[in-house]
Amino acid sequence: MTYNKRLDGRKFDETRPMEAKAGIIKRADGSAYFRMGKTVAYAAVYGPRDLFPRFLQNPRSGILRVNYNMMPFSGSGERIRPGGNRRSKEISLVTEKSLSSVVDLSDFPNAVVDVFIELPQTDAGTRCAGICAASIALADAGIPMKDLVAAVSVGQVDGTVLADLNYDEEAYDAPVADVPVAVIPSTEEISLLQMDGEITRDQLKEALELAKKVCKNINKIQREALKKKYEE
Amino acid sequence: MSEILVKEKQVVVPGEELAKGMDYLPSYGTYRGNDTIRAAKLGLVSIDGKVIKIIPLSGKYMPKKNDTIIGKVIDITMNGWRIDTNSPYSAMLSMKDATMDFIPKGADLTRYFDIGDYVVTKIIQVTTQKLIDLTMKGPGLRKLGAGRILQVNTTKVPRIIGKGGSMVSMIKQATGCRIIVGQNGIVWIQGEDPAKETLAAETIKRIEKESHIQGLTDIIKNDLEKITGIKIEYKEQQAEEMHHTEHSQQGEQNDLQ
Repeated sequence: MTYNKRLDGRKFDETRPMEAKAGIIKRADGSAYFRMGKTVAYAAVYGPRDLFPRFLQNPRSGILRVNYNMMPFSGSGERIRPGGNRRSKEISLVTEKSLSSVVDLSDFPNAVVDVFIELPQTDAGTRCAGICAASIALADAGIPMKDLVAAVSVGQVDGTVLADLNYDEEAYDAPVADVPVAVIPSTEEISLLQMDGEITRDQLKEALELAKKVCKNINKIQREALKKKYEE
Repeated sequence: MSEILVKEKQVVVPGEELAKGMDYLPSYGTYRGNDTIRAAKLGLVSIDGKVIKIIPLSGKYMPKKNDTIIGKVIDITMNGWRIDTNSPYSAMLSMKDATMDFIPKGADLTRYFDIGDYVVTKIIQVTTQKLIDLTMKGPGLRKLGAGRILQVNTTKVPRIIGKGGSMVSMIKQATGCRIIVGQNGIVWIQGEDPAKETLAAETIKRIEKESHIQGLTDIIKNDLEKITGIKIEYKEQQAEEMHHTEHSQQGEQNDLQ
């Protein structure tokens, strides 16, 4: 048996409907909203600002600090215990690494740029939605950066390479691979690559090519969101 | 073959291509990757001959030497005052630069500036590590008394000041308020009449919001004349108005009276 028709009727390389908005949190220095189907991410950026405790300060450059959080009611089933856990800590870290490859904080020694990613509703692909929202928010905050990072999860369900898996596909009763990828569109460099599940080498290559293609479109959505805020 | 891919004053976002080829030069807010010049900041494109730069639309105030700012006293130390500058870094106002008076050892420094006071002050030095030194010695530099403090986007400060201080002096004329605009986006307003003070504050907020509109000075002028019934005359009338003036000292000289 192969997976030849997607559960929600999308084409194999088709993403869920995406929507982005910039500057929605008034008191933050920069903010954004990013929606991928039923996954919703909010990002707020504060700073550059003073960093305490002092031992975290870097006198050569500012640092980026990311906090990823799923809200207790965000999942489709059980209530999620509020506060951080092992998973959110890891995702905060990989998001931070992914974004710090584009932001340039050398003008802000000893300072910190805080990024808060909140997910009020989730349906797989949260770290990707979070990265997309966070890059818009960072640009909105006026942070110098090379490019906007675009991210999408690609993967394989029962032998078929797909873009932007939703939760039902991730939980499909067959061999599944979920590969979140973040791409810097101008250079096509990959700044985040994780994998869960099993996939062949050829399919992985195919999936990465697909991710690059999809990220180009996501980048367009991000750019439009920022321009819309300022071009009124 | 070089070509430019954007128009003057176009809004660009980080990563967007501005020009191809080696004939153009990347300046502030841009970078060159391979042979393409791209934006590194969200802002408006400004092309000056071969030089492409970006005028940012957002971002925090970055302290610069000789800027006149409005700061808030946040701490008193052994040798002076620590001042919040509305930027990522706080500044130091040493006793030596704070007053002409002789301050005896162990004197109560709150007599000069207390915690929570606002001061108009000038930046005399910024190090690479962003240690900032301030001075109170200069025309118009003083402690601020009762009044209203507004915070505006730093990138809109040149617009609020206007060309040669035209915008702010217009508001002063119409409302009779005393207004000081700090380069760091802090505005101080003091007026006899609370209603006029509110009008001045609202006008400044409006300028911040509508800063992209061409000929805003005239629109504001008409509206202020309508509300107050005072005929405003320009000190320095300029027909052609720039969208964004440089962060310059032009305006503030006018304001610090």
